[in-house]
Amino acid sequence: MNSSLFALALMDGVSYAALLFLVALGLTLIFGVMRILNIAHGSLYAWGGYFAATLGMGITHFGLSPLLGLPALFVAAIVIGVFLATVLEFALLRRILDKDPILQLLVTFAAFMVLEDLQRMIWGVQPVFVSDVVTQLGTLSVAGVTYTRYQLLVLPAVAVLAFFGLRWFLGRTALGRQVTAVTHHREVATAMGVNTGRVTWLTIAVGGALGALGGALASPTTSFTPGIGAEMMVLSFAVVATGGLGQIGGAALAALMIGLTRSFAVYLMPEVEVLVPYLIMVGVLLVRPEGLFSTAATRRI
Amino acid sequence: MRLRLLIAVLAAAVLGLAFTFPWLKTPILLALANGLAVSGVIVLIRAGQVSFGNAMFACLAGYSAAFLARAWHLDALLLIALSCLFAALAGAVIGLFIVRYRGIFFGMLNLALSMVLFSVLGKFGGLTGGTDGLRFDRPTLGFVHLEREPFETALLVLALGLSIIAGWVVQRYFASVSGQALAAIKTNETRLEYLGISAKRVFWGGYVLAATLCGLGGSLFALTQGLVTPEMGYWVRSGELVFIAILGGSGHALGAFIGAFLFEFMKLYTAALLTGAWQLVMGLVLLVMVFVAPTGVFGMIERRLRPGRSA
Repeated sequence: MNSSLFALALMDGVSYAALLFLVALGLTLIFGVMRILNIAHGSLYAWGGYFAATLGMGITHFGLSPLLGLPALFVAAIVIGVFLATVLEFALLRRILDKDPILQLLVTFAAFMVLEDLQRMIWGVQPVFVSDVVTQLGTLSVAGVTYTRYQLLVLPAVAVLAFFGLRWFLGRTALGRQVTAVTHHREVATAMGVNTGRVTWLTIAVGGALGALGGALASPTTSFTPGIGAEMMVLSFAVVATGGLGQIGGAALAALMIGLTRSFAVYLMPEVEVLVPYLIMVGVLLVRPEGLFSTAATRRI
Repeated sequence: MRLRLLIAVLAAAVLGLAFTFPWLKTPILLALANGLAVSGVIVLIRAGQVSFGNAMFACLAGYSAAFLARAWHLDALLLIALSCLFAALAGAVIGLFIVRYRGIFFGMLNLALSMVLFSVLGKFGGLTGGTDGLRFDRPTLGFVHLEREPFETALLVLALGLSIIAGWVVQRYFASVSGQALAAIKTNETRLEYLGISAKRVFWGGYVLAATLCGLGGSLFALTQGLVTPEMGYWVRSGELVFIAILGGSGHALGAFIGAFLFEFMKLYTAALLTGAWQLVMGLVLLVMVFVAPTGVFGMIERRLRPGRSA
């Protein structure tokens, strides 16, 4: 493996890890507050990607300024993420808080199946792929490798912003402290006068938007087909489980680990590429059944 | 007593239907194969665990049956036995580490493993036929060469017999010490450990039984179709198994088969009336079941069968 190939794998890995991290962050945030693993999160990723691609096509179709391409991705993610997450929370999640964990899993699984079919009805089975944003931002030469600015700068920047933004929000703002209180102990938080219902909805909306943002930002470089939601669901779960459920720092580290290992596997051992995330997850869980960061921090989120 | 009568009536009804309407044979066979796999899922649900990847054992058994049929043209009975054994072995090995996890981790680790199997089967096309799968010729059944029609009939009678035996075994297991200990994993695992029973070992036993039953279902499925594809182990299939368990009711092995038949006929009608909306229908029915009747169809029947209550 020469140095330019190494640099290429590194950049691939970082940009992939950034997307993975955004989706996993949404998943772990929702888990922290509800103690429910939202399997429908994979659908949020897929819907975000499809909707962003639709907006992108709309921009080209109506001859609008191509400068709108990048903001459109964020708009798509926030619109679809907040909308779907709100529907999920009001229709299902808040009704199953006190149910058996199996039934909770089944409810989100059912929601996932419904969303998968709706998505197929809306966007069909043909691959959807709109890369105008990437071409418009151009490329950059680093260490003898030409790479797209979009993947090298935009994606990692968004992920880093999301990481620090969320840390700041949860640790430094009054609302964020309330979210932390609810993840810590729902009943005590309610007794202390925290509006638990509102805080829960807010967290789920932010988590959903993050999932959809992962999809929207992936849409210019990935072709979206049915089934991509399931794949991302399992991958983001692998990240969250490796990092420790409800751990933001853990999710970031695990996303980097899985993203980098996977991209190096693509160049070195392409056959095992799909297995890498699972191997890492199984390897970590064998040694630390609760994930990397589970005991290091007592506070969730 | 009433339950036994019900089972006898249902089994007779299944045979009657198959002989009066020959076109129903394949759906009935598929329903029985699904029922067998779901009775494995029910074993796990007894321990309070749900696996979103149990179709991988059906898939493994199906592929091993296909490999054996292509390589040595073994008899169907041998194929079923060997592929079940293979599924049991796979369950025993995977179970070694997977029984350490509960709840979300258990469900999702199973899902991850089934995704690995699915993509491996698709990737290594030279060996596994890739996404097109493997086709194999109709084997002999009991060392007798049969045409398609009599082969299906014989397979159906065999599947019905196996289903009754499997149902009996599962109920026997639930009543045994290990079965009771398995149920205690759901209610209170710590107390189970205090009684001096290893929860992991008990759960491992249940996991292997579940894998074997799923394997049995998978091998019958493969024999019915004469074709195995990676789709057999796709997460949607695993989801269907869990769905059937909740629809039929996870309290009794009979629930698995009731659910499987309802599922098969639901599928026939949905395919005819609402094409492409199968998962949507399944998801909605699952939601309704969870909120309205969490004990499933069997739960509703059981309430009427209970002695001392005239229904």
